[in-house]
Amino acid sequence: MAGKLNRIGLEPVVYKGGKTTLCAGCGHNSISERIIEAFYEMGIDPQQVVKLSGIGCSSKSPAYFLGGSHGFNAVHGRMPSVGTGAMLANKQLIAIGISGDGDTGAIGIGQFVHLMRRNLPIIYIIEDNGCYGLTKGQFSPTADLGSKLKNGVVNDLPPLDTCALAVELGATFVARSFSGDKKQLLSLLKAALAHRGTVMLDVISPCVTFNDHEGSTKSYSYVKDHDDPLEEVSFVPFFEDISVDYEPGSRQEVTMHDGSKLFLKKLEEDYDPTDKISALKRLQETARRGEFATGLIYIEPDRDDFLTQLNMVDEPLATLPLSRVRPGPEALEEIMEGLR
Amino acid sequence: MSPTDLAVQAQQSAERRQRVVNDFSIQVATVNGSGSQTANLVLLRSILSMGVPVSGKNMFPSNIAGLPTWYTIRASKRGYVARKKEVDFLVAMNPETAKEDVLTLDPGAAVVYDEPLKLNALRDDLVFYPVPFDKLVAPVCPDAKLRRLVRNMIYDGVLAKLLGIDLALMDKALAKQMGKKAKAVTLNTGALKAGWDFAEAHLAKQDPFSIEVMNETAGKILIEGNAAAAIGCMMAGVTVVAWYPITPSSSLCESLIGYMKKYRMDKQTGKATFAIVQAEDEIASLGMVIGASWAGARSMTATAGPGISLMGEFAGLAYYAETPAVIFDVQRVGPSTGLPTRTAQGDLLQAAFLSHGDTKHIMLFPSSVEECYEMAQEAFELSEQFQTPVFVMMDLDLGMNNWMADAFKYPGQPISRGKVLTKETLQKLGGDWGRYRDVDGDGIPYRTIPGDGLPVYFTRGSGHNAKGQYSERPDDYVENMDRLSRKFETARGFVPKPAVETVAGAKIGVIGYGTTHWALGESRDQLSEETDVKTSYFRLRGYPFTPELGAFIDAHDRVYVVEQNRDAQLLQLMKLDLSPERQLKLRSVLHYSGLPIDARSVTDDVLSQEGFEVAKKTLRTAGSSSGMTGGE
Repeated sequence: MAGKLNRIGLEPVVYKGGKTTLCAGCGHNSISERIIEAFYEMGIDPQQVVKLSGIGCSSKSPAYFLGGSHGFNAVHGRMPSVGTGAMLANKQLIAIGISGDGDTGAIGIGQFVHLMRRNLPIIYIIEDNGCYGLTKGQFSPTADLGSKLKNGVVNDLPPLDTCALAVELGATFVARSFSGDKKQLLSLLKAALAHRGTVMLDVISPCVTFNDHEGSTKSYSYVKDHDDPLEEVSFVPFFEDISVDYEPGSRQEVTMHDGSKLFLKKLEEDYDPTDKISALKRLQETARRGEFATGLIYIEPDRDDFLTQLNMVDEPLATLPLSRVRPGPEALEEIMEGLR
Repeated sequence: MSPTDLAVQAQQSAERRQRVVNDFSIQVATVNGSGSQTANLVLLRSILSMGVPVSGKNMFPSNIAGLPTWYTIRASKRGYVARKKEVDFLVAMNPETAKEDVLTLDPGAAVVYDEPLKLNALRDDLVFYPVPFDKLVAPVCPDAKLRRLVRNMIYDGVLAKLLGIDLALMDKALAKQMGKKAKAVTLNTGALKAGWDFAEAHLAKQDPFSIEVMNETAGKILIEGNAAAAIGCMMAGVTVVAWYPITPSSSLCESLIGYMKKYRMDKQTGKATFAIVQAEDEIASLGMVIGASWAGARSMTATAGPGISLMGEFAGLAYYAETPAVIFDVQRVGPSTGLPTRTAQGDLLQAAFLSHGDTKHIMLFPSSVEECYEMAQEAFELSEQFQTPVFVMMDLDLGMNNWMADAFKYPGQPISRGKVLTKETLQKLGGDWGRYRDVDGDGIPYRTIPGDGLPVYFTRGSGHNAKGQYSERPDDYVENMDRLSRKFETARGFVPKPAVETVAGAKIGVIGYGTTHWALGESRDQLSEETDVKTSYFRLRGYPFTPELGAFIDAHDRVYVVEQNRDAQLLQLMKLDLSPERQLKLRSVLHYSGLPIDARSVTDDVLSQEGFEVAKKTLRTAGSSSGMTGGE
């Protein structure tokens, strides 16, 4: 990422944020780096981006990327509603929300459910480490059955699978990745930017301080050994004229909302990420094996998003002039007459 | 009963036999879900169209069908629209409550009742009018399934005849109520006529009550406070609304949806200039409002006490991160689920300080439907001017009952979005802008909005300095909190001023707010007419308190603060602002049965505190019968 200008004439440095205050080696920092790359490479105007988050280590990270964008670090587990409000006010914004597994799976599960149902255009990332980092390592709801805390306590409750939930609930782009898999994560993030609807991206992001030990199922080594990629993901944005040659049947091509293309090289012969039932089946199967299915799990590129369903005018509601938001005196008179 | 009591009753009955014109209350006792609301509104509207000041109050259960409900209509030539404690004319349609409804009437009252209930056996000091509703409804409504809904219209016909209400006006009111449903209009008109004819042929007028034409209601409208507030929001240019259904606030957003779909669709494109979202709960509602306001939209929600409780955390965020938010609290009886369909003013203290940590919020107190309309607009102005939540404190009585009012005035001013940074302002600041910097000395900073091309900032509920950067420094924290206090002080000069009526020579002051106002005008008349106690009046309209409050207290020896809650919440809130000398002058009058406050209760309470002998009367409370305990 030298000083090369992207398609809107901005340098990579414009996409950077403040200096991170997370632990050295924290997976969240790698995710921030990929976000910076993806937004730079896709040529997104930072002024049009809003960064949202809840509370926790993950939720601090929007301060560490896209310093030229507005950000809102809201309350614990309630970022989806704040993001929804912002997008209602200005449908031209691009929203990226950063949550954690506690922020989403525990205190925020209610708002998560309804965000997915609405298919609001937002990139919702869970930086998933299976524990509460900022309060020193308690289990979160995505901790696997039998996973061990540093002090030896074993988790005896089944985990929430945020990807399975998102597919079930109506998200139109559901993926899982690993903070250590630069290539896959970057491709997924760029594809996310081309999608119109809710992107739910669960990124396993090991907590180096509280959950990276022997016996944890969210440690770097465990995740590396149990990563089960569904496909090789390549993304070609609409503004790049690249033709890809491939043997018929070996790849699946998905055309995104903005004309970008997603090429999925099949690693698993029968996997089709546009089929909801097979997506849910595959998630169950890999979980039973103690593995993580990563890659694009489910995509539905054509469903109307929430803002489209609301049939709003094209301009942002926030800046409509008074003449368009205050009906004239004749309207009030008509209402009054009806009440006499 | 002692012989003396009987003598008193006989005397009272004799007095009541003198004609009572345009000054009595009618109570209709029915079962909810039986279509009685239509009959009641037709009755209300036809009295209004005879030029007689009138009010209607619905006392209904938290239930959809099958439980007792009472509707009280009060005609008052003097324009009193508060609830009248005594029922003069009872329409007893509900077998479950009929007996108790009749037993609690004052002697001389009249009762229209369903003949098979045989209520005339219960007392001999009332006027009884038996009406065979089932026999009358059968011929006018051949479809047996619809009879239950049409049956109630018969009592309107009976009352029209007995009270002298113009049947043609009642037909007109019915047509207005039914809209375009031709079949329903025909059936109900038939029922009206059947009631009238029966009364004409079989009921000899024995009670003193009648309605006569006046000229006090020309041009008046009839509207619920929730609908009035909704019109205000639309005129204020609201663009984003998030809400969660809860009694008694739901009809505010539901009316708003109706008005917006009619008047706020873009003429060229046919698309909406608004977004209204039914959220998953009240927490999400306020979250959406905050997100929308932060991104520059005029945004609001409406709820009731339980929703306010849930909104605590977000209210603190909006206060501390300084985002506008307009929150209508249509108060009902708490704590907890409380009495969801009954009225109260019990959320004052909670709204004033909603959130953990040091927090203070602006509140507005509409008393009338006109003020619901006006203060809705004012709330958006204040909320954007001060970049902070504004609570509009309505209540069920105001929000869900029909009130007569003058037609609303079209707003005379354009809207103002407050201190939103512009390129010009930024230049004036020498390019050095800080989100939370107090540039003008009024505590109000300048904000930028996502997508506006101006400097960005990171909004957070965690500690921050004047530039909006994360900070845990003691001096940054104190400076910021002190600035927020300064901002609240500035608001003192901008919230609506009280309505003050100073009476020469009055040693006693009365303070009220919200719907309490309507009982107070009447009570003050009672005080001066019955005992020569003169009172001045202060109607609070906004919080923080304005300097007029101290001045009013100073000008009187004793000041009665009248409110509809148990813990004297306004009085407590005032104490935080007032000197010990002023505090000592305050007295409290409280009414918290869930029924709208009435003048007689206030008068008796004030008189008793003033050392007068007050006759103890049995408190008649609709809804106290056993039938009301079954609902959830």
